[in-house]
Amino acid sequence: MVVRMLEGWQDLPIEGVVEYCRDLVEDVDYPTVKRWRENGGKVVGRFQVYFPDEIVAAAGMLPLSVRGGSFEVSEAGAHFGGYLCSIVKTSLELALTRKIVLDMFVSHPICDSARNLAAVYGRNFDYPCEILYLPQNANSAHAITYLRGEYDRLKRDVEDVAGHRISDDDLRAAIVIFNENRRLLREMYAIRRDSPWLLAVDEAYVLMAVGGMVPRQEHNELLRYALDLVGKRNLQPQDRMRLVLEGGFCEQPPLDLLHTIGQFSYVVDDDLLIGSRWITEDVSTEGDPLGNLADAYLEHSSYSAVQHDLRKPKEKMLLDRIKDSGASAAIITAAKMCEPGLDEQVAYIKALDEEGVPYFVSEFEESMTSFDSLQIQLETFIENILFV
Amino acid sequence: MSSEQITRVTPSSDGRAETLVGRGNRDGNQLFREWYKELTTAPERGEKAAYVFVMGSLAELLRSFDLHTVFPEINGLQTAVRHASESYIADAEDYGYASDVCGYVKADVGLQMRGGDHPMGRIPPPAVAVYTNACNTYIKWAEIWERMYHVPIFTLDVPGSRTEGRRTWKGDADFDNDRLYVEGQVKELIGVLEGVTGKKFDIDKLRDHMGYANRMSVGFKRVVEVNKAVPALYNGVTDGTVYLGVANGFRGREEGAKYFEDLVEELEYKAANGIGTLHEEKYRLVFVGVPCYPIFRRFGEMFSKWGGEFVGSSYLWFASGGMNTGFEYDLDNPLESLAEGVLVTVRNAMDSMFYSDKMLVDMVEPYGIDGVVYHSIKSCRTVSTGLADNRLAVMKDADVGTLLLESDHMDSRVVSEAQLKNRVDAFFEGLATRKLIAARAS
Repeated sequence: MVVRMLEGWQDLPIEGVVEYCRDLVEDVDYPTVKRWRENGGKVVGRFQVYFPDEIVAAAGMLPLSVRGGSFEVSEAGAHFGGYLCSIVKTSLELALTRKIVLDMFVSHPICDSARNLAAVYGRNFDYPCEILYLPQNANSAHAITYLRGEYDRLKRDVEDVAGHRISDDDLRAAIVIFNENRRLLREMYAIRRDSPWLLAVDEAYVLMAVGGMVPRQEHNELLRYALDLVGKRNLQPQDRMRLVLEGGFCEQPPLDLLHTIGQFSYVVDDDLLIGSRWITEDVSTEGDPLGNLADAYLEHSSYSAVQHDLRKPKEKMLLDRIKDSGASAAIITAAKMCEPGLDEQVAYIKALDEEGVPYFVSEFEESMTSFDSLQIQLETFIENILFV
Repeated sequence: MSSEQITRVTPSSDGRAETLVGRGNRDGNQLFREWYKELTTAPERGEKAAYVFVMGSLAELLRSFDLHTVFPEINGLQTAVRHASESYIADAEDYGYASDVCGYVKADVGLQMRGGDHPMGRIPPPAVAVYTNACNTYIKWAEIWERMYHVPIFTLDVPGSRTEGRRTWKGDADFDNDRLYVEGQVKELIGVLEGVTGKKFDIDKLRDHMGYANRMSVGFKRVVEVNKAVPALYNGVTDGTVYLGVANGFRGREEGAKYFEDLVEELEYKAANGIGTLHEEKYRLVFVGVPCYPIFRRFGEMFSKWGGEFVGSSYLWFASGGMNTGFEYDLDNPLESLAEGVLVTVRNAMDSMFYSDKMLVDMVEPYGIDGVVYHSIKSCRTVSTGLADNRLAVMKDADVGTLLLESDHMDSRVVSEAQLKNRVDAFFEGLATRKLIAARAS
């Protein structure tokens, strides 16, 4: 089946491409997913943060990033209590209201709400809903072997849904596409670091986020086109503070919040949708593809509040991110009711205090709509540092 | 022992009632006091402590290295029951922890900031932390100790059930993949413990502690099952919390094994003689979640005054680390069996939180359940995230009344006692109506 999910961006200027992506990312009717299904395609929804999308893509199915959204919950409200992060509620709402129709749903043990989400989905839908147990002891010598086995188990479940086997060559072909996707995203982040005036944080975000709802081949085409235009943008650098934004690994801040931050600063690095950039190097296409994916997840990967790895103390990783991107301050945010994010905030601010790095602490919710207060606070924070 | 229980007992001709009835709570409380005394004096004796959690404590292995086990969850709940949790939580919030962070975590941070000063004694600092992923917050919590004390922390990663109703067992390739992973980690942990304690691993010592754990496991399973008796022999929340304290604090110890054998003797005696806990047991209930410790006694009374008795509790399943499975180690193959046991029991504990709806429905008939009470707490997303949805599923599959309450197990700021009471009262009025309608229909 060769049906394009993305049409109409090919001749647009970069502002138009960004607008096109923004419309898609904000469209809770998921038109690309609908188009995919109308053409007979099957969809595997996977929750945040990281998922080996290659396995689903190798089966010819669409791996859909289920990451909630900025909208009000109606039907999902009865399925949850009050003390819960928003993304879990909105991620169920999307399925209950049939904004997205899935053939399989997978969550992860990134946090306790996420694990519960697979069980909640399972009680409400007939399709397979499961937990992919990514290893949480990244330091065990047995973790890669275990994860290879866990990926094999997942592959068999994906095959059952797809109705056919996935060959190693299918997997290798998918890995090539995803390697290219990650390379393009690394290129985009390099632009953010080197020439942040060319691409604002919210613009980069929508260009990246579209990838979670379309086949990656198409996303690669779009990114190649967009990054070429970004490089040709005739914009001049301004006297703005270079910031790192930390805390968007799972629930995503509203686009308007990112836009607000981008108006006053250059966000030169962040952990937004870190799962799509979790693997930091090309995955080998030689040998055992599942083993290679397992190795990449554990050995060639980024960091987040939801992965414990003694080799990656998160506050040190944050300080490295700040240093490597040439940032002079950080925004340390967390989604409301997000236990790992809120826990990590404390470690981050202690480390930043020790290093004398200025920071701005906040909480957000994906459905928040008022940013006036945040804007004033952020302006004050930046002015206090810039004009000392 | 509850006051209801004391008044319910009548002298028996053989004199056993006076000896047996109430012994479990009496001995449990005594053991608990002794346990805290042991912890308080451990540093004086040069003894080290491991910080662990109730779901997968690995106590059998840690005790073979002569390590004390400190359960921060138990420390936390003890501060709440003693109405002292607010000040510990406040200290942690002053330090930087947000109001939405787990109350157990904050109470522990406050405790560590006070050098271990606790209402029950003084908690020694950790020499090592060992924890599973049964609750993700365990991992974040251990990271706090790592930063505070710079001690080794070890995640024993135990893969849980991938989906409801699809557990794998020995011989299945997927189970073996999980088991080998757990076994490999157990062996790595042994190396860590040898480094921490300076002691060589002694497999015979481990075998001894696993043997005690086996006896406890058999006893605990029986304790859970024997409460099918009418009237119920104990309250699964109030008395059950005492049993859980011993199950965790004395896991893998001879005192723990004896305690559960004695408890089974007591409960079977009560069953044979029709000795319950309430004057009149009108409604048999199951509790799902974590108790409301800031108003522990009054929370129980909200139900008991209506004749409601918690004959079962999901807390007994998951907070025992899955001891309710009755899993017994194969002492001829200690390490392999320890790995298998940890995998099976911790997985069961996780299932008891994520997939308990079928377990609850399965309890209705054998335990004669009239209602299921869900207690969702702000602090704990592990236990609470799925409760409202679980309730919908149970309501669909079983003819029982249900009640969903929201408060907290630590933070009294989130506990609205009047609101809870109103909802509980309305729940019992509903149960009464259900009974009336059922009686008329029959």
